[in-house]
Amino acid sequence: MSSATATMEPRAYHLPEEPHLHEGHSTMLGFWMYLMSDCLIFAILFATYAVLGGSFAGGPGPKDLFDLPLIALNTAMLLFSSITYGFAMLAMEKNKISATQGWLFVTLLFGGAFLFIELYEFSHLIHEGAGPWRSAFLSAFFTLVGTHGLHVTFGSIWLITLMVQVAKKGLIPANKRRLMCLSMFWHFLDVIWIGVFTFVYLMGVLR
Amino acid sequence: MTGTLTTTQMIFGRLTWDSFPWHEPIVVATFVAVVLGGAAVVGALTYFRLWGYLWKEWFTSVDHKKIGIMYMVLGLIMFLRGFADAIMMRLQQSLAFNGSEGYLNAHHYDQVFTAHGVIMIFFVAMPFITGLMNYIVPLQIGARDVSFPFLNNFSFWMTTGGAVLVMCSLFLGEFAQTGWLAYPPLSGIDYSPATGVDYYIWALQVAGVGTTLSGINLIATIVKMRAPGMSLMKMPVFTWTSLCANILIVASFPILTATLVLLSLDRYAGTNFFTNDFGGNPMMYVNLIWIWGHPEVYILILPLFGVFSEVVSTFCGKRLFGYTSMVYATCCIMVLSYLVWLHHFFTMGSGASVNSFFGITTMIISIPTGAKLFNWLFTMYRGRIRFELPMMWAIAFMLTFTIGGMTGVLLAVPPADFVLHNSLFLIAHFHNVIIGGVLFGLFAAINYWWPKAFGFKLNQFWGHVSFWCWQVGFWLAFGPLYVLGLMGVTRRMRVFDDPSLQIWFVIAAIGAVIIAAGIGAMLIQFALSIWKRKELAVEGDPWDGRTLEWATSSPPPEYNFAFTPVVYDTDSWADMKRNGYQRPLSGYKAIHMPSSTGTGVILAALATLCGFALIWYIWWLAGISFIGIVAVAIGHTFNYKRDFYIPVEDVTRTEEERTRILAAGV
Amino acid sequence: MSQPNSPKWIPLLRWSAPILAAPLAGCNWVVMNPSGDIAVQQRDLILISTALMLLIVIPVMALVVFFAMRYRATNKSADADYDPDWDHSTKLELLIWSAPLLIIICLGALTWVSTHKLDPYRPLDRIDATTAIDPKVKPLTVEVVALDWKWLFIYPELGIATVNELALPTNVPVRFDITASTVMNSFYVPELAGQIYAMPGMKTQLHAVANKPVTGTGFSANYSGAGFTHMRFGYKAMDRAGFDAWVAKVKASSTQLDRNVYLALAKPSEKAPTAYFGATDPKLFDAVVNLCPKPGQRCMGELMHINMMGGAGKESARETEGLQYDFPDSHVIDQSDRNKGQETAPDAPGAPGPHHEPAIDLNPHSGADAHAQHR
Repeated sequence: MSSATATMEPRAYHLPEEPHLHEGHSTMLGFWMYLMSDCLIFAILFATYAVLGGSFAGGPGPKDLFDLPLIALNTAMLLFSSITYGFAMLAMEKNKISATQGWLFVTLLFGGAFLFIELYEFSHLIHEGAGPWRSAFLSAFFTLVGTHGLHVTFGSIWLITLMVQVAKKGLIPANKRRLMCLSMFWHFLDVIWIGVFTFVYLMGVLR
Repeated sequence: MTGTLTTTQMIFGRLTWDSFPWHEPIVVATFVAVVLGGAAVVGALTYFRLWGYLWKEWFTSVDHKKIGIMYMVLGLIMFLRGFADAIMMRLQQSLAFNGSEGYLNAHHYDQVFTAHGVIMIFFVAMPFITGLMNYIVPLQIGARDVSFPFLNNFSFWMTTGGAVLVMCSLFLGEFAQTGWLAYPPLSGIDYSPATGVDYYIWALQVAGVGTTLSGINLIATIVKMRAPGMSLMKMPVFTWTSLCANILIVASFPILTATLVLLSLDRYAGTNFFTNDFGGNPMMYVNLIWIWGHPEVYILILPLFGVFSEVVSTFCGKRLFGYTSMVYATCCIMVLSYLVWLHHFFTMGSGASVNSFFGITTMIISIPTGAKLFNWLFTMYRGRIRFELPMMWAIAFMLTFTIGGMTGVLLAVPPADFVLHNSLFLIAHFHNVIIGGVLFGLFAAINYWWPKAFGFKLNQFWGHVSFWCWQVGFWLAFGPLYVLGLMGVTRRMRVFDDPSLQIWFVIAAIGAVIIAAGIGAMLIQFALSIWKRKELAVEGDPWDGRTLEWATSSPPPEYNFAFTPVVYDTDSWADMKRNGYQRPLSGYKAIHMPSSTGTGVILAALATLCGFALIWYIWWLAGISFIGIVAVAIGHTFNYKRDFYIPVEDVTRTEEERTRILAAGV
Repeated sequence: MSQPNSPKWIPLLRWSAPILAAPLAGCNWVVMNPSGDIAVQQRDLILISTALMLLIVIPVMALVVFFAMRYRATNKSADADYDPDWDHSTKLELLIWSAPLLIIICLGALTWVSTHKLDPYRPLDRIDATTAIDPKVKPLTVEVVALDWKWLFIYPELGIATVNELALPTNVPVRFDITASTVMNSFYVPELAGQIYAMPGMKTQLHAVANKPVTGTGFSANYSGAGFTHMRFGYKAMDRAGFDAWVAKVKASSTQLDRNVYLALAKPSEKAPTAYFGATDPKLFDAVVNLCPKPGQRCMGELMHINMMGGAGKESARETEGLQYDFPDSHVIDQSDRNKGQETAPDAPGAPGPHHEPAIDLNPHSGADAHAQHR
């Protein structure tokens, strides 16, 4: 044993200074992984829509039901909300609390408008008898779009929570990290929606 | 669908006095036993004033080691339940001949085999491997905890919540009578209107959240928190296999979640995903559930491959042969496990080309698996093998698993599968790999790391008794099933016509009884070892280990390592020992650690309550508990103080205590 | 047991099959010793694949035992060999990856060929190993419906149907068209050929041929609910004369299988006795596959046409009549039905017992009898 030690370069098995992991060192990675797992849920819902989207059970199809101008408006709401969230993040980088809060509020308004239009669309469809129980196509449609809407709803609740926390604590590192996470979440929902808009609405009506 | 609601229905949903299965004497007797046993435990805990201790030191703890141990305890308890189901099945099948209907009616028997599968996979194997990874991985990579300690605690309690729901179904209402994957349309509301499938759905959903989050947690831990110098290709093999298993978890459990959401929408909201009518497509469920289901079996086996690598290398006193090919083999298996799901239903009538594609991809998995086996084999070559209990389990695994792997490849040949699918041959095959691989691996792991976790070795004699009971019992129990499969006997049958089959079922039942003796011996082994823990006590490194966990004391201190180690080699602890490493005796610093919190327990309890309310259609309770979950979660984010420093005096005291013990030992 | 159907191109089987069959002679290892050519080929495939894998499995297991003995710590003679740092050998690594690879290449090729050759959808090209099929011979069609929890067999060309009894002429190719009424089952006659799922709203196919007169059992191999365990049917393969006599016997039954009889039959029941129908509604099976056996139900074919057209217009949202097929509590046995066994078994052979007699007593092909008669 001792001869082996003698022939080898002595190795330091501890660093002089403890390697310090800053708080929240894994948060971004962890949150990104959560988003990927969420993405997988959407992938399954998309796949389900791809399989069942043509099963109308003798009922109406996409061309009969979708109101493309309304959906385009809705898409615009969500895209704008993503842009304004981006402005909020820029303001946060510059540590401007009131500008950050302002842009977050605008984001919330756009998100709310998106949800309102979506709920209007759903209630209209249900009113016409085309609820999720009418056919497998409508089941898949309501579930895919509804799951996205549910995500936006929770994103909005989270946004309000963060606005309160920023108001209370200011732009401390923990809050900045949280805003970054929500930013990823919000843009992720945007990307999903672009998929929904193209795959469900555009291809449904224009095909 | 329902007419006018009475007030009672508003308050209790469909939960009534008759929901308790009064007419099933077996269940009533079990219930009485559970109530008495539960009362005894609660009474004892109260008498010895242990509630506060348990709450403060265990339930709310974010220490990965304590959470790991709690997972193992959960797995063990559920294992006893799952095994009780197994014994009931073996008994029923060995009795129900010559016109006898056996002692279980269809309603009860169908629940038993469904519960057996669900419990063994979700609430035995999963908690066991998650617990193992939780305990070992941070120690092996030289970390002080996982990336998200609170999430870890929450994940554990969600898994427990799922287990609680499954156990509830024993005494309130019924469990699913659908088989463990609940294929629709049978699991749809029209064909299974009672609470069974709802218990199934919500138990798996609640536990599934925990599993996914713990997967994310462990990946982040392995990626971000390795000790300095530990590059990916210097990670211990168990950490590698854990990483791959957790990637599989994160990339497959969401599929299960989504699939079960669709099934529950069919059952609760009247959608038509998997119905026969209105355009639904039950075959899609079968595809989706297996796209999760096949990676799931590799989630179970991969970490145990890691365990065998550690055990074989340690007890042969040698470096692992072919570390690099071991790592690549693991990654190959991880990727390939997504390309084989259709082999679970060749008989659904996909074309020949599709079937052969999936058959061949399945066979390809046996190549890296075979390479692994060879690696263990050549690790033994020119080694100095100590036949301690973990090594015995490892050898038993190599012999048993090889047979199971062979019958598995056989089943991957589609035309052969046409005659063996759903037969008892299939049952024998997957028990051959799951018991021979996962369970044997767990027993190896428990015997191997028990001294690390508790500071004393396990009793050898009772370990040997358990080992041999398992070996003999396993082949007696499952050998006959291979034979019966070749006699054209299929699974989930309750009653048999052909009296010549009975002898095989009787042999299988005897085998199950011997396995029961093996389990009993294992429990005695635990109890006796705890009783004689002073005599069996060991210091940090009882096996001449090779990886970092053996550098700590046994059990390790709360903070694991007083100084974060620096890594130069795959077998870093062996490398440290060889280079005459001296444990530092001074210069301790205060250590930054996460604080305990009860939020995880509360959130999981609310989630379980919400699941229970949804099962019984108690809508107000479901709503309130859901709002409660959101409120508690938001409230938790307002707590910014989540960590503390262990004062340097405490660290010094702990480390000096160890110095004293080490000096006394030498 | 002789092996008349063993293909000549597998000399391996010449010795392996009898060795395997020897200890089994007392028992009925039907999967290893079936009487239908497809099942025989599937059996051969099992044996060849197993032999192929044993080529590597046996040496590995032997080496595990040998190394474990040789290098045990207590074996002092092996101490000189101890080499704690030996962890790599390119040659060995090459071997341990390529050996399984070679086996899998062989097995993969075998899989590809055999899967296509034994594809259940592929019409047969041989009666047995030595006899090719006359291309002019049209296969006998049998329509199979898995009901809760019994089997309905319709012979469309013969205009007859049976419940829980499948009879086939030997050496005649057969095509099964398979479906189910409510939930998934699997149609499996171990004597004859592998299984294939029976699914509602779907038609699966299985081609097979019986080579020897034999009596056996068939059953559902996929769990389908409470009555599943008793979902068995008698399987008889008979020579031409015997089959013709059997057909005549069924034809003699005065009961006709029309929609109403079918709907009564489709209600859940356990241990349904064998029943014969002398005449059938020729369109019944199509209606069952299309989920419209009930009057007023809209057929899937029509609905799929609407799918192709891209929907039926906004107003069709409210037109839901005739679309429902799954009904609440459709897996519950109606107690009033259970007590009048005659209703679900219109024409059981043998003396009809008293109404409340357990139905199984009426069935000569279920229970221990079936196996006692086996060969």
